[in-house]
Amino acid sequence: MIAEAGLAALWLGAALCALQLVAAVLSLSARVERSRDTFDTAPGGTSLDFARDERGLSGLIRPVAVAQAVLTALAFACLIAVFITVDLSVKLVVENDGVGRPLMYRFSGTWGNHEGSMLMWVSILAVGGAAVALIERRLEERTLIATLGGQAVIGLGFYAFLLFASNPFARLDPAAPAGQGLNPLLEDPGLAFHPPTLYIGYVGLSIAFSFAIGALVTRDVRPAFARAMRPWVLGAWIFLTIGITAGSYWAYYELGWGGWWFWDPVENASLMPWLAATALLHSVTVLATRDGLRAWTVMLAVVAFSMSMIGTFLVRSGILTSVHAFAVDPRRGSFLLALLILYIGGALALFALRVGTVREGSRFDVVSREGALVINNLLLSVILGIVLIGTLYPLVVEAFGDKISVGPPYFNATAGPLALLLLIVMAAGPMMRWRREQLGIIARRLIVPALVLIVALVAVKALHPAIGLWPLLGLAVAAGVGLASLAPLWGRNLRRTPLHTWGMVIAHFGIAVALAGMASDSAFTQERLVAARVGETMAIGPYRVTLANIAPDFGPGWTALNATLAVKRGAGAAYELHPLARTYWTQGTQTSETAIQTVLDGQLYTVLGASAGEGRWQVRLWWKPFVTLIWAGGALVAIGGVLSLLGRLLRERRNELRKAEVWA
Amino acid sequence: MLSVPLYADSTMPAAQLANVQLPDPAQEAKAKALMETLRCLVCQGQSIADSNADLAGDMRSLVRQRIAAGESPEAIRAFLIARYGDWVSFAPPIDRTTWLLWAAPVLFLVAGGALVAGRLRRRR
Repeated sequence: MIAEAGLAALWLGAALCALQLVAAVLSLSARVERSRDTFDTAPGGTSLDFARDERGLSGLIRPVAVAQAVLTALAFACLIAVFITVDLSVKLVVENDGVGRPLMYRFSGTWGNHEGSMLMWVSILAVGGAAVALIERRLEERTLIATLGGQAVIGLGFYAFLLFASNPFARLDPAAPAGQGLNPLLEDPGLAFHPPTLYIGYVGLSIAFSFAIGALVTRDVRPAFARAMRPWVLGAWIFLTIGITAGSYWAYYELGWGGWWFWDPVENASLMPWLAATALLHSVTVLATRDGLRAWTVMLAVVAFSMSMIGTFLVRSGILTSVHAFAVDPRRGSFLLALLILYIGGALALFALRVGTVREGSRFDVVSREGALVINNLLLSVILGIVLIGTLYPLVVEAFGDKISVGPPYFNATAGPLALLLLIVMAAGPMMRWRREQLGIIARRLIVPALVLIVALVAVKALHPAIGLWPLLGLAVAAGVGLASLAPLWGRNLRRTPLHTWGMVIAHFGIAVALAGMASDSAFTQERLVAARVGETMAIGPYRVTLANIAPDFGPGWTALNATLAVKRGAGAAYELHPLARTYWTQGTQTSETAIQTVLDGQLYTVLGASAGEGRWQVRLWWKPFVTLIWAGGALVAIGGVLSLLGRLLRERRNELRKAEVWA
Repeated sequence: MLSVPLYADSTMPAAQLANVQLPDPAQEAKAKALMETLRCLVCQGQSIADSNADLAGDMRSLVRQRIAAGESPEAIRAFLIARYGDWVSFAPPIDRTTWLLWAAPVLFLVAGGALVAGRLRRRR
């Protein structure tokens, strides 16, 4: 019953989405007619008819967008309900859920699969559209209507995908006796937070995409448009930042080998929208503040959401497992691919048609804040291009019958140096004035950070002669850039510094912090892989770790070996860590539950592997100095984004109030 | 002796050096760096340095044994490529099929740079 209600709500949502599109198209064309009428001095009657018609339809758009979101969210709630109640007559539940699983995993298992996650995607898309309809007041009415129309176009395609190619509510007759359970790797609190945040970010970029479409349709690419778009981009970017940071930490502790980024296609799929959104965030600021980079900003808005869709396609079409698997069962993949080509192609075609009407923005010198932001955009775009081609190239080669792998050696060698360069631009950019800056002044401002960079370089090399070139450069650049990123606060009254300046400073500082963590991890990590007997003591970093005991353990759906590791640092008190080696009954899958001790200067990362025979156990230990800075940096970047968003919104609110006072 | 079975039998004990480091830290560092760039053939996108699969363990053991025997990392990579194809290496070679992949970053940078430079010059 609940499943049918969900499916019905989804169909109704799709129908309202179609209505939203029709209303947008009609009211926009009515407006074009009317503006012609006023020039042609047509008989009053017709003109009035059009006016009435248009008010009716454009008045319809906002409530329809909201109703669509309510219905689709309802459909998603129904899916959550059948998962929580473990309705074994629903196919998706049988494949991904089970009686007796903890409530949290029955809940988050709703989106731990293909159909459920696509329904979540569409729900977020609909809710995003409703948010624009409810909140957005700055955008010119025509552009807003076009934007909601654009949102409806995207929505329709994905509703069709759900309803025709991946119905989450499909029944199973007769019902299954038991569920197969969730993939054990997904049975983790991370699943409850990571996909929703990432999806809000992905799909949030659809709003920027629709804004760009709207502005192209109505030829309204102006600073006011950019100021309206900026908070939406910033919001999506914050969620992407949190999603990627959290996902990296999740992979780090879940996979049990101490790695935190693998340049895996699925990771790249989330990194690409982030890179595009970061570029967009900076170019939209140029457009909002200085009325420059008009066409480029619109282009980036199209590219950013295109990257979200490409990511969704890569992850959801099955093409990553194998191009051939994709070719054997191509229904879903081809559907997504068709949507991808339709939307990206359509948007680019519209861009090509209208770009001529986008007037050139205002001018600026090469050495200026705008100039630095242009270089920022160039480098981010090139890095994005590298990640994109590195991710897609193996697929193309495989389609021609060859098989290659593109992994860390390629991405580190090509994107790494550009990223370091980008960070240096990031340090210098905020020190520059808009429009024109003197090179000498900037050079003088950069002297202290440059000295810090060089001192760090020499000092680290002296203390650790064996350090590799890239980690060394990474640490040095992190030190110099970290200091330079604080420069915009230098000599200012900190209480009167605007919130969005704080946001920028904290986000830039966070990037330097994350870089320090990455470099420190790759330079100073120590590894100890041992086949240990109970009672044996191992030395790792500043720690002495004793395998005190191995005992059986169990939990919902799994049995495990539970190791007791007695850990002692220097003369400090001993404490215990408990890494587990789990085996899940239903699938027979084995996972390692790491035990991690976080201290100020790093993490002790411990894993219990299988038996090594002869009464020995595989124990894996890592001492990772300052590795936590990676995610702390990511968190700072997100916090900076939040402050910036708050600052912009509060300032706008203040300005409105002030304006109201003046008029009163 | 040094051969790698394509699918290791999981009932057999893990290969000798699958989960234990080489005694010489310099050799182990070399082996580790190589292992991080070799694909675990039965996993999804993981390197043999961070995989629980038995095959990955066997390949780790092979890498450590050959490094200990004094072979160079690139020779071991070439051996594995000869055996399993280019797919086993995360470092794509530069050849007829992959030249574009390696040229792309430079092309992007040059094209983007030219675009920006052209725009900025026109502005002045």
